[in-house]
Amino acid sequence: MSNLLDLLVAGLATGAIYAIVAVGFTLLWQTSQTINFAQGEFVMLPAFLMLAAMHAGAPFWLAILIGILLSLLLLGLGFKMLLVDPMLRHGVLPLAIATMALAIGIKEAVKQFFSAEASPFPSLLPAGDVAIFGRMVSLQSLGVLVLAILAVVGLTAFLNRTSIGHQMQAAAQNPTVARIIGVPVERMILLTFLINALLVALASLLITPIYLAKFSSGEVLGQAAFIAAIVGGFNQVRGAIAGGLLIGVVDNLAAAYVSTQYRAAVPLILLIVIILFRPQGIFGRAEERTV
Amino acid sequence: MKPGILAGAVLATIWTGAAFAQSGGTIRLADVAELSGGGATVGTNWKNGIDLAIEEINAKGGILGNRLEVTHADSQSNPGMARAQVQKALDNEPYVLLGPGYSGSVKVTAPLAAEAGIAQIMGGEAAELTQAGNKFLFRTSFGQQSSMPKVAKYINDDLKAKSVAIVWVNNDFGRGGRDVIAREFARFGIKVAADLSTEAGQADFAADVSKIKAASPDAVFIYLNEEESARILKELKRQGVTVPLIGETTLVGQKVVELAGDAANGARGHVGLTTDAPVDLVKAFREKFVKKYNYIPDHNGIKGYLAIYMIKAATEKMGKVDAKKLADTLHGLTIKAANEPGILMDVTFDQNGDIDRQGFLVEIVEGKQVIKQVLPKLN
Repeated sequence: MSNLLDLLVAGLATGAIYAIVAVGFTLLWQTSQTINFAQGEFVMLPAFLMLAAMHAGAPFWLAILIGILLSLLLLGLGFKMLLVDPMLRHGVLPLAIATMALAIGIKEAVKQFFSAEASPFPSLLPAGDVAIFGRMVSLQSLGVLVLAILAVVGLTAFLNRTSIGHQMQAAAQNPTVARIIGVPVERMILLTFLINALLVALASLLITPIYLAKFSSGEVLGQAAFIAAIVGGFNQVRGAIAGGLLIGVVDNLAAAYVSTQYRAAVPLILLIVIILFRPQGIFGRAEERTV
Repeated sequence: MKPGILAGAVLATIWTGAAFAQSGGTIRLADVAELSGGGATVGTNWKNGIDLAIEEINAKGGILGNRLEVTHADSQSNPGMARAQVQKALDNEPYVLLGPGYSGSVKVTAPLAAEAGIAQIMGGEAAELTQAGNKFLFRTSFGQQSSMPKVAKYINDDLKAKSVAIVWVNNDFGRGGRDVIAREFARFGIKVAADLSTEAGQADFAADVSKIKAASPDAVFIYLNEEESARILKELKRQGVTVPLIGETTLVGQKVVELAGDAANGARGHVGLTTDAPVDLVKAFREKFVKKYNYIPDHNGIKGYLAIYMIKAATEKMGKVDAKKLADTLHGLTIKAANEPGILMDVTFDQNGDIDRQGFLVEIVEGKQVIKQVLPKLN
């Protein structure tokens, strides 16, 4: 039982990070039909931007700010203007392939200009344990979970309770009608890309102290988040959140109770089952788009 | 000149050229290493050690007047890619093949070098590598059959552990180490409380550490590659595991300390090579390496450096550059640091290509390797 609690907390903490990344997947799909296969590399890159800032002499807090700003610029604005806009007019598939090329480009560039070796990355959260139900639970795991939940709750509140959030939803649901009623659709789409950049920078900040900064670390994350988004429902933010948490927990339980060797296969099996019996995902809605 | 004599002269010229395969005063070496992928730390250190040694030797006039040249190829930490790169490297007829560092990659490339009759000086530590009768394969560090008995003895005699959890990486290196240590534990009557295989490149060790906690062992034996070692040390600390953590070189290396930070403190292990060794020549090597590359090398950096000085010592003993006879010369050869300072510590190669050299038991204290015991050379 105590072992199960450890596994659940660790799984939820990892799953919460998958959820943040998966939400980015769904947001981009909703507003611009972009399936970003470079999403994992988008999580890997901000950590290196922050490390580069620290190597240049910036303290950690400033490096975080620089990393976030550069992420907004490169992974938000730059990604949209330089890759998505020119490619999208040729269809969803060429754009998806272009993001695959981008993933390779980012990985190789980090390897070339930074290092092929892993690098340590400082943690935002303090080390140590806290007692929950008589069990000592890692503060870092709890901190990751809490920060990730706050990010997701904040994003949901922003989308559902602010005027800009409503405009973003309108732009996603029906861009033509949204334009007629005066919603600046292009600006809303850009905002989605910036939010995605912010989410991946946060995920990078939370996961890199555990996984270490390495050019290849986005591969696992990108795959897990993609599966999470499909399992939860690609067209619903809440689906991506549920999918992320579910994949995190299932992955940990599979490693503990099934087999370490087959742990990577278990989320994929879950994906197959979901596609067979509920193709729109756990919380997804068929043929509908909302943010 | 008669045509027959002319043909003979031409053939003699060609033959002479072949005998001095490294013509023009250049000895060509081929290195295939893990320059990217999971073993990037291993390969990068190995490569840098090689380059440093070559630079030193060339600055002093080379080997028997011949300059050394090396080509580095990236195996991407993938045995299939390593084999392809070695095949390509052998096509250029190098004097010696250097690397790879991963045992799995050594296993699939060793037959190619043996078939070409080229000595292969590598970094792999799996016990089986030198037990297959290959007469061209040479280690730069201890094999598992030499190091694991010392680790098991330490766990039994010093830690007095009665049950141990074994965590190993599921590849040739990890499996080989796990099999040898499990055998040694059985010999000492130590119970294996948990036997956990993990994957190369694994990022998340939360589930594995939960299993260790559930097994409540007296100690944990960790046999993973460097990056994974760092990740599991961090997770062990995160989940509050406080029993002794024991391993081999890959648990207490410099890179692991750098990556794991505080979590590496208290980890103990047997190391064949460490830049913290209380040996003047090793300290001098460390200074030169840090000056050139601006970081402290791990044991793989020393291995790469030693590989080149092994070639130098054996070639000078032969008195000629002869790729075909180099392996024969290395078998049974003892190289004394007093005669060849680049070899750092006295070393003897047996008929299998295994080495005999002094070793160390170390513990990580406040982010530094502290030598607890020096284990002398056997012969």
